[in-house]
Amino acid sequence: MKKLIIALAATAAALGGFAGSASAQEKKKICFIYVGSKTDGGWTQAHDIGRQALQKALDDKIETPFLESVPEGPDAERAIERMARSGCALIYTTSFGFMDATVKVAAKFPDVKFEHATGFKAAANLATYNSRFYEGRYIQGQIAAKMSKKGVAGYIASFPIPEVVMGINAFELGAKSVNPEFKLKVVWANTWFDPGKEADAAKALIDQGVDILTQHTDTTAPMQVAAERGILAFGQASDMIAAGPKTQLTAIVDTWGAYYIKRTNAVLDGSWKSEQIWDGLKDGILTMAPYTNMPDDVKAMAEETEAKIKSGELHPFTGPINKQDGSAWLAAGEKPEDGVLLGMNFYVEGVDDKLPK
Amino acid sequence: MFEAILLTVITASTPLVIAALGELVTERSGVLNLGLEGMMIMGAVAAFATAQLTGSAYLGILGGILGGGIFSLLFGVLTLTLVANQVATGLALTILGLGLSGQLGESFVGMPGIRLQPIVIPLLSDIPFFGRVLFSQDLIFYMSVALVFGISWFLFKSRTGLKMRAIGDNHGSAHALGINVVRTRYLAVLFGGACAGLAGAQLSLVYTPQWVENMTAGRGWIALALVVFASWRPLRVLAGGYLFGAVGIGQLHAQLLAQSGGIAIPSQLLSALPYVATIVVLIIISHNRRTTLINTPASLGKPFVPDR
Repeated sequence: MKKLIIALAATAAALGGFAGSASAQEKKKICFIYVGSKTDGGWTQAHDIGRQALQKALDDKIETPFLESVPEGPDAERAIERMARSGCALIYTTSFGFMDATVKVAAKFPDVKFEHATGFKAAANLATYNSRFYEGRYIQGQIAAKMSKKGVAGYIASFPIPEVVMGINAFELGAKSVNPEFKLKVVWANTWFDPGKEADAAKALIDQGVDILTQHTDTTAPMQVAAERGILAFGQASDMIAAGPKTQLTAIVDTWGAYYIKRTNAVLDGSWKSEQIWDGLKDGILTMAPYTNMPDDVKAMAEETEAKIKSGELHPFTGPINKQDGSAWLAAGEKPEDGVLLGMNFYVEGVDDKLPK
Repeated sequence: MFEAILLTVITASTPLVIAALGELVTERSGVLNLGLEGMMIMGAVAAFATAQLTGSAYLGILGGILGGGIFSLLFGVLTLTLVANQVATGLALTILGLGLSGQLGESFVGMPGIRLQPIVIPLLSDIPFFGRVLFSQDLIFYMSVALVFGISWFLFKSRTGLKMRAIGDNHGSAHALGINVVRTRYLAVLFGGACAGLAGAQLSLVYTPQWVENMTAGRGWIALALVVFASWRPLRVLAGGYLFGAVGIGQLHAQLLAQSGGIAIPSQLLSALPYVATIVVLIIISHNRRTTLINTPASLGKPFVPDR
């Protein structure tokens, strides 16, 4: 069925392409490949909202066909190649798992521009882009340390990859900047997407005594559990306030639209270059959902930190920072290179977990 | 804390038990329906949609049962009337169900769900510990327990159950005895679908009261393994379902306890425990060929064409 949907969508896209080229010769095609459904309520939906913002902003100049639920692997290569053949000027492949497929297709179509989300392999016509999610997690950590009565938060993690480890560390560093004794408990769900398992992980953390939850998985199930148990929580990827109106403190919201508009404009005016872009709060690629369910002084602190990160005054990873075992990592005032963050495979001091190898 | 963990285990195990019981009945009649995951997700979306549109979680349960049941009829028509290959049809049913439910549920994504409220049974729920755990549950849990004993009785104590098992063991002989093979199998498939739908309803009304695509996340396949694990015996489905549920929840707590104890157990290994347990039990039960053969429906998965 998935393949059938892809085939149908590709046919529709191709037909749409022909129709488009016949009616409006000058409209450029900016294409998107999604790993999930555009209504998954999380990761892919955030990308699709970005695509819609792009279409709206440049409506008279572009069209934005997309393929959804494209499985990672050989099918991805076929789907991307089909898109490239249909005359796309720029193709966004929006999942880490599309990396090798994108590299292969990009080599075959030197005239088409490619941008791959969250990957690290680039080429002359292949750029990568990512978001500094850790900036938002640092703010969350600070809020957690202020709001938690027990001084311990729970973190539902997906897989032990640098992206996730970096988020855990940023959260702990934020919390420790407010309360040096703050502890963080981590549960590995070993899935990105399983509402039941995410809910189970949330319940386990709450039963083990945490009173604030944050997650690096895709569904609103943990938020829902937190709401039922009457504790506070942070949303992930999308604003999850609907799942916990009295529960969500804030959420890291992926707002890819600003980035898509910026880069598409570069393609339109011919200034596009292959870059490895890692944007953050200041670029608008991620935003914080409204600060809710907290007293005014906590809100003021969060807003101040957000402003400092945006202005560059504050880098969440600023020394002195020790590794989990107490050994020194960064000296006072020292900041890590981006490459070190992107390959992060150790915890900072205070995380109450052993990192799976 | 033990009580809290036990409640979580019950929630996690109930959908596995219900879906596996339905499949057990289908397989006892000699039909192998691999579309469990598809029927479950159809039940989940139907239950959620019905609850949203009517405002009643109880009508939602009904919607789930109907959703899974009606969807299973598609399997029935293809494999029983048109005698299509059961394995291929079952797999197609799963893939179709996952796609179709995503389409049908598109407008329900992100809506706050309606939770099925627990029914507290007076007096019994006053029993310390077990009373609170077992008698303040929701209707679907009570139904799961009733199904275990109801199906046990039906299969091994009732005349119709005996006939159904006869069909599952040798549909040719059963047909020669004048038992209507196709009609019985239709009912068994329909029952299996209804149970899968009920299990799906538990997911979208109790476990995580919300609708997202693919929310079954492989539970249909685990339930399918559970039927073999239980060697087609309802009480063993109950035990196995709770074992799977307990291992799944237990590994999360084990992670946290291991952390505070300072012992590092790889979480990937802990996550794999339910599957390791399945393999171990399969090795143990298949060790004794005779008992395995006694319980396995001999005609399982074989097509039946009545020779007039």
